[in-house]
Amino acid sequence: MKKSIRVGAGLGFYGDAWEPVLASIERGGAQYIASDHLAELTLAILQKDLQRDPALGYARDVVPMLLALWPAMAQRKVRFICNAGGLNPAGAASAVRAAFAAKGWAARVAVVTGDEALGQLAELAPAHMFSAAPFDAVRERMVFANAYLGARPIVSALQQGADIVITGRVADAALFLAPLVHEFNWNLGDETPASAADLNRLAQGLAVGHLLECSGQGSGGNFGSLEAWKAIPDLAHIGYPMAEVDEDGSAVIMKAPGTGGRINFDTVRQQLLYEVHDPNRYFSPDVVLDLSTVRLDDLGQDRVRMTGATGHPRTGQLKVVGGYRDGFKAEVTWGFSWPDAHDKALAAVQMVKSQLADKAVPHEDLFVEFPGLNSAHGALAPWPERQALAGLNEVWVRMVLRTRDKKAADGFGRLFPWMGLSGPAYTCGFHGLHNTSELLGIWPALMDRTLVEPQVRVEVLQT
Amino acid sequence: MKTSPSSSSTVQLARLAHARSGDKADWVDFGLFAWNAAGYAVLAREVTAERVQAHFAPWLPGRVECWTLPNILAIKLVLHDALQGGGARNLRLDNLGKSMAAALLRMEIQVPPDELAACLAAPRVGWWGETS
Repeated sequence: MKKSIRVGAGLGFYGDAWEPVLASIERGGAQYIASDHLAELTLAILQKDLQRDPALGYARDVVPMLLALWPAMAQRKVRFICNAGGLNPAGAASAVRAAFAAKGWAARVAVVTGDEALGQLAELAPAHMFSAAPFDAVRERMVFANAYLGARPIVSALQQGADIVITGRVADAALFLAPLVHEFNWNLGDETPASAADLNRLAQGLAVGHLLECSGQGSGGNFGSLEAWKAIPDLAHIGYPMAEVDEDGSAVIMKAPGTGGRINFDTVRQQLLYEVHDPNRYFSPDVVLDLSTVRLDDLGQDRVRMTGATGHPRTGQLKVVGGYRDGFKAEVTWGFSWPDAHDKALAAVQMVKSQLADKAVPHEDLFVEFPGLNSAHGALAPWPERQALAGLNEVWVRMVLRTRDKKAADGFGRLFPWMGLSGPAYTCGFHGLHNTSELLGIWPALMDRTLVEPQVRVEVLQT
Repeated sequence: MKTSPSSSSTVQLARLAHARSGDKADWVDFGLFAWNAAGYAVLAREVTAERVQAHFAPWLPGRVECWTLPNILAIKLVLHDALQGGGARNLRLDNLGKSMAAALLRMEIQVPPDELAACLAAPRVGWWGETS
């Protein structure tokens, strides 16, 4: 019988739901779960945790998630791969091992380290990959930098018998490619160069990972459309996507029986192009994927076959994303009811601007938008005609201060309360008077593999 | 629907296509998908980088890149300089541009009425039936 492997989507971001993952394990026959906890910005959030407590800096939902899933996984020998380690994979693995020890559960937990690249970035001082801004503009404010690793260290962990693999930053789709490389013994090109056939298999595996890495977005969630989204059944009980992958890389995307959502040509291709930039050259650490040759066959009943992805050799560089402190924001949202709600909101903005000027509050920007009117589409949102505007039931205005000065941000909310009695009438409330938060800028760059890969370590420990 | 002097119909992309957007640093990245091959022929002809750039210009005047993918009846678009420098410093409520695909679907194109009717009448490629 031809061998095939079934991989299922875990979380699509830090904070996602894991009930659908349980459905994939219990009813979907998933043999591997790969879980992506790190969006581009998540490391920025984790950095704040790490500053407070050096034991943190990882995606903490991995512990309750594994406590909820492990009994079902252990019974079926399902293996689990995740990047929840964030900035502290060893800390995440310690927390998981401690939680398992408290339950008396035995598991082999692997931790992958070595994606940290702040030192290398500072030494290399690369210009911003997109804006070409000079590194010295942010050098002193850079707080983290991590390279996107590929599938290799995860494959090593699986070869060493790990039940659970916890990494820091890896390319999201590599979490899914790794078990396929491990099971099918695909050639990543480390010892012998990958052939065209090897590259096409890797490309299929990467495309599978890309379809699964955003959980419900691959099975009918967040399906952007006019009306059509209403035909997607039972999003409240959505099944996350799974893929049954053959040794040659061809795959059928599916979901667990009895779950909501929809897998068809439309929902699958929305995810296929999600955040890929150039679809002819989707770069990853393991293979460069060309999506222009992918073929999707809708088999009906929530099954789509994917074949035909083309792979090109990986480059000698890895992507690194650094994060730097970029000032602070503080925001207040203020609402007014009919009559003249819009005019009163405009008057309120003028009062705030006067306050900022009178008190000489240092700031770079006061950003103003009107939730319910233009916060989603800015100047592209059709503005109500004069009469309709005057008759609106209520208008909310959101004002956001951008400043390098934390005290200015902390003081922003104090400009408002007095206006509750001394400003325009029929205010229906302020939101967010005390909510300074630090802004982070992102610094993407490319770095030679040789600066990062020698430091990558895989450690497997029995709980 | 109004008729232009060239006897083409003005139609919003929302009637012919579906779309998703996401962020990559300071770029917003869109997939635009025709429901069928007839619709794809219209999108591939009418939705150019220049026109999408002009559509967003009153709000976000960044450069636009465009690729066509006939294999999946799709157009890929990237809008530069769209997120105030990136999601973690963007002051907008929609700091990641998740709703910006809907702003793309607001774009209007001109289509001859017969061709538009054929696009709207052609069946969808994807399976939208009942679960058995």
